[in-house]
Amino acid sequence: MHTTTADTHHAGAHEAHHDEGGFLKKYVFSSDHKVIGIQYGLTALVFLFFGFCLIMAMRWQIAYPNTPIPLVGGLLNGLFGDLATKGIMSPDLYNMFGAMHGTIMVFLAIVPLAFGAFGNLIVPLQIGAPDMAFPRINMVSYQCYAAGGVVMLVSFLIPGGAAQAGWTSYSPLASTIPGDGQTFWLVGMVLLITSSLLGAVNFIATIIQLRAPGMTWMRMPFFVWAQFVTGFLLLLAFPPLEAAGLMQLADKVLHTSFFLPTGLAVGGNLANISGGGSPLLWQHLFWFLGHPEVYVLILPAMGIVSEIVANNTRKPLWGYKSLVYSSLGIGFISFIVWAHHMYLTGMGTKISTFFQTTTMIISIPSVIILTCLFISLWGGSIRFNTPMLFALAFLPMFGIGGLTGLPLGFNYSDIHLHDTYYVIAHFHYVVAPGTIFGLLAGVYYWYPKVTGRFMSETLGKIHFWLSLICMNLIFMPMFLQGMAGMLRRMSDGGAMYSVAKVGAIGGLSAAIIKLNEFVSHAAWMLALAQLPFIINFFWSISNGRKVTSDNPWDATTLEWQTPTPPPHGNFTKTPEVVRGPYDYSLPGAPKDFVPQNQTT
Amino acid sequence: MEIPYVVHPRRDTGLYNAKVGIWLFLASEVMLFGALFSSYILLRVGAEAGEWPTHLLNVPIGTVNTLVLISSSVTVVLGWAALKVGNFAKYRACQTITVLCACAFVGIKSYEYNDKFHHYQVITKDGKVFDGHLVSRDKEAVVLHGHQIDASKGKALGVREASRHGDHGKEIEIKADDIKKIDNYGPAHNTYMSIYFTLTGLHGLHVVAGALVIAYILWPGAGMYKTDPERYINRVEVSGLFWHFVDLVWIFLFPVLYLL
Ligand code: HEM
Ligand SMILES: [Cu+2]
Repeated sequence: MHTTTADTHHAGAHEAHHDEGGFLKKYVFSSDHKVIGIQYGLTALVFLFFGFCLIMAMRWQIAYPNTPIPLVGGLLNGLFGDLATKGIMSPDLYNMFGAMHGTIMVFLAIVPLAFGAFGNLIVPLQIGAPDMAFPRINMVSYQCYAAGGVVMLVSFLIPGGAAQAGWTSYSPLASTIPGDGQTFWLVGMVLLITSSLLGAVNFIATIIQLRAPGMTWMRMPFFVWAQFVTGFLLLLAFPPLEAAGLMQLADKVLHTSFFLPTGLAVGGNLANISGGGSPLLWQHLFWFLGHPEVYVLILPAMGIVSEIVANNTRKPLWGYKSLVYSSLGIGFISFIVWAHHMYLTGMGTKISTFFQTTTMIISIPSVIILTCLFISLWGGSIRFNTPMLFALAFLPMFGIGGLTGLPLGFNYSDIHLHDTYYVIAHFHYVVAPGTIFGLLAGVYYWYPKVTGRFMSETLGKIHFWLSLICMNLIFMPMFLQGMAGMLRRMSDGGAMYSVAKVGAIGGLSAAIIKLNEFVSHAAWMLALAQLPFIINFFWSISNGRKVTSDNPWDATTLEWQTPTPPPHGNFTKTPEVVRGPYDYSLPGAPKDFVPQNQTT
Repeated sequence: MEIPYVVHPRRDTGLYNAKVGIWLFLASEVMLFGALFSSYILLRVGAEAGEWPTHLLNVPIGTVNTLVLISSSVTVVLGWAALKVGNFAKYRACQTITVLCACAFVGIKSYEYNDKFHHYQVITKDGKVFDGHLVSRDKEAVVLHGHQIDASKGKALGVREASRHGDHGKEIEIKADDIKKIDNYGPAHNTYMSIYFTLTGLHGLHVVAGALVIAYILWPGAGMYKTDPERYINRVEVSGLFWHFVDLVWIFLFPVLYLL
């Protein structure tokens, strides 16, 4: 079982040489969960970068409306013609980039990275399984994801360009914008939904069926639990969006009126449709997915952070069972809070009150999870390596994001805050310095398992501190802007509603608008702060410090009890699990950790 | 290490992998059709008075189709049970009937679809509404076999009242110049037709997919019965579970769309 790393490396190289024409089979059409995990990971990181590029261009337009974008203005003009005349971003292009930024970040970057990449790579290893339950379905899942990504990317280049109605694609707007962008968006979404459906079935079946002997439910690492709940969210919440997507597609292509009301006027003329549809229906179906989706975004990150916290405090997680039950609670309740995104639609106070209540209830398990993780730090001799720094930063950042959700959950205060930059700041705190930090922590933490080498700590720490500072400089001012009444999705950064235009009452002050520039500069700095990461990521593959054992972090969970990197089939012999996941600093044990498959 | 429980059930769950997989998949299918049923309800309660068509579909034909599907569910079970006791010939006979039932269902459904595409509604410039089957249509005029409708209480209600008294209508000629709007009972006609086509269309795709899988296992994939009989029987079982689900969905669709 404990082959030395040098040996396995050599063996791996050997195999590759002999496997003629095997490259495609080994790296492209592989059904090995580790290869698929890496495929997911690399693709998702590229999309993460691309989504970030979109917003960097938009941030210029917000900070300096209607001036040519430096550096890339010419490129945009070349690609989009009239939509970016002289390198100036038109409102249409702004909407397009905005819609695609959200779509790409959520469906093509974060979820595939959190679920597709880390889930695939780590879950089978942590439960002691040889692979996923359905390896070929796993491969198809990645291919659907890749195809969905291609459709989304191609949509930029079709006449009329990509979808423009926001990542939420509210009808009737989404159905009435001319051009095929929305149609592409819907086709892309159907592919992505199919992908995550196949993934979800696979993950849940794997966790139910393929746990190694002795790996009882309450001995599973919390990360596995987090992925388990995430799997159920994807399994049950996505189909309604698929249904909604099919209906919106019908509205677009077959001219039905699912989401189009009677008397709808487009461009001043009565639309030639039967009418009788309901715009609210779309919103209900969308948010029925949309809210569980935000827990899909956060739960895997919580799982990663828990693993890293336990490992680097050298203590068992505090309240493992509370963590498990809380995540299950979140899973159930997240299906009955969706309409807190719709308080301003006039659903009526009774319905609003119901959703306000459930929203407050679902905050409780989130608070429990956060509290458990904080208490876990208490009294530990903490190792401050890069993964741990990111994991530690996750806690307060998620805390800020979660707490600022509460005023949004009360429909009285949400009336003021809805659709402002406050909402933007809220969810970015949970997703950007929250989830993304969790995911980066995971990259630094599991990198040695995949490559046999560490990433550079120095570059890692530079990356961490710069990112932490920039993230806060970007999103903290947005709370102020939002509370001052600045709306989201405005291509001029609110200039239309400045004091100069609409007067002192209800106008946005110059100081608030000026913050746009500050935020934009911080966003571009954040991009620079990713350079150390990108360099580190590629440089360390062949130059990083080599690991000296298969378990370089002295961890207890099973993924470290395999050769590095794990061969096809993962374990050289079936592991027998004899203890819980976090037996750190066990009194009487020879070392300060006891792996799950060792009897001290 | 090899992947365990591909064929034999795991002790504590009592299930083999594919069975867990199909149950999970069916759970997501429940959510998919559940969302469409919910949409049906929301659209129906949101419709204006008299605008939601009822009794527009041919109940006898729908009943026949329901019986066809139910029979196929019986043959699926009989086939699987026969295979379990090693009677491959009976299994093959039963599943052949299943596949034939599926074809019959799709055939009947296509006939119904076709009928709706030839059913037209015409609104004239002076506000009259005509409803009926298209007899002929050219540049000069449209001929329908049907009724003129009293649309004062809603078009859908008007259609129902006009056809209530066993009256089969007559041929009506409408001049092309008088026509304000003409459309068939396709998906775009009104939200009822939209949801009807979406629900039955999606269900139809499931029927086709299920039949293809069953047919594949039955003929090209039957070699596995020799090499790995247990796994083959599992396949039959899993495809049967899917088929029951498809059947079940129709048991909801039929009353909701045809009877209510
Ligand atoms: C923990 C307690 C949380 C509460 C009480 C909460 C509450 C809310 C509410 C009420 C809204 C709607 C605001 C509006 O549109 O007016 C909202 C928006 C949002 N939240 Fe949260 N949230 C919480 C946690 C999270 C988490 C963990 C995530 C993601 C990881 C998240 C992501 C989002 C997103 C993406 C939106 C905006 C969607 C959009 O309109 O584009 N939230 N939140
Ligand atoms: Cu929500």
